Amino acid sequence: MYAQLVETGLSKLKTAEELSDAERAFQARIDAGIRIEAKDWMPDAYRKTLIRQISQHAHSEIVGQLPEGNWVTRAPTLKRKSILLAKIQDEAGHGLYLYSAAETLGVSRDDLLADLHSGKAKYSSIFNYPTLSWADMGAIGWLVDGSAIINQIPLCRCSYGPYSRAMIRVCKEESFHARQGYDIMMTLCRGTAEQKAMAQDALNRYWWPALMMFGPSDAASVNSAQSAQWRIKLFSNDELRQRMVDQTVPQIEYLGLQLPDPAIKWNEERGHYDFGEINWDEFYQVLKGNGPCNRERLRTRIKAYDDGAWFRDALQAHADKQQENKKSA
Amino acid sequence: MSKEWPLWEVFIRSQHGLAHKHVGSLHAPDAEMAINHARDVYTRRNEGVSIWVARAGDIFASSPGDKEALFEPSNSKVYRHPTFFPMPDEVKNL
Repeated sequence: MYAQLVETGLSKLKTAEELSDAERAFQARIDAGIRIEAKDWMPDAYRKTLIRQISQHAHSEIVGQLPEGNWVTRAPTLKRKSILLAKIQDEAGHGLYLYSAAETLGVSRDDLLADLHSGKAKYSSIFNYPTLSWADMGAIGWLVDGSAIINQIPLCRCSYGPYSRAMIRVCKEESFHARQGYDIMMTLCRGTAEQKAMAQDALNRYWWPALMMFGPSDAASVNSAQSAQWRIKLFSNDELRQRMVDQTVPQIEYLGLQLPDPAIKWNEERGHYDFGEINWDEFYQVLKGNGPCNRERLRTRIKAYDDGAWFRDALQAHADKQQENKKSA
Repeated sequence: MSKEWPLWEVFIRSQHGLAHKHVGSLHAPDAEMAINHARDVYTRRNEGVSIWVARAGDIFASSPGDKEALFEPSNSKVYRHPTFFPMPDEVKNL
């Protein structure tokens, strides 16, 4: 998921008696499947949790441009380069839809960006891994965007109107990302032995981080119950992760690549693939800021923002001047 | 610290000649830049043939509390719907 470990500020669910009248009416609307809109009354914790979740999601889209940006100038053909640029531009657009959705909850864009730059707000752990070869562009589109799609499709039905509408737009555009990634993998796997080895290496490196995108295991997921009740989380982390494994294993087999986890095995009884234990220590370390690229990603992001300040200010100064001229004319 | 660009609401008319539809919002210093940004953010896949932008601050909206006063009166006027008048099967073209 693009939002991992979103704090609700509430460790246990309130019982019906503990809810105020307004909270009960609010929960009844959610239970009836009625969307909550920006101007509707909402509990403070719902508002704050959504701001955290949507902004974390937005930050992930924005920071997510950086690992791929690394390969734009080294794409193997002009066609691949154009496709990669279009995908990266989509990620910027997705970030902007999501920032707008968060702003409907009463936060300013500048505050959201300040929280990202200060390290107060998080983004998905996945973008703190390096992109070492061209095959990583394939693995990211296929596995990272693939995981994002699994996560975002249910969110199209989430309880907050502006968030759900942003998700619908994002999902419409996202399947291009996954397909172009798999297309890169297919091309490499049909190529030379070295190219196929490159694809295998990218799969091996991105497999576990992609599964970590779904967040902590259900047992360790303290905020899930409240988020589920509010319908801003519709399936558990482990359910969605299982869905990812189940749909991806046959795709790996089609490519003729080795499975990246020796514990992957079809379980007839469960009707799902079994798979190995995730290295949770690594997950929490990356989330805490100690992944391979955390510092570099944030540094690059802040530099881009600071370097663009004069340009944003100049456009504003121009707009102010035009306004003045109109007034005095 | 620099001033934040104002917020604009974006409306797009789709290919099929329907009315402009709200698609989202964005920040821009003025109307011209708002249209430029809207093109990049909201029409990357040939979604439209025309863009409207309006400053979010200039839009007046009804509040959720006004819902009854605004919409309740039409609830009791079901005869405004054609299905209120059942027609015999033999009668055609109505």
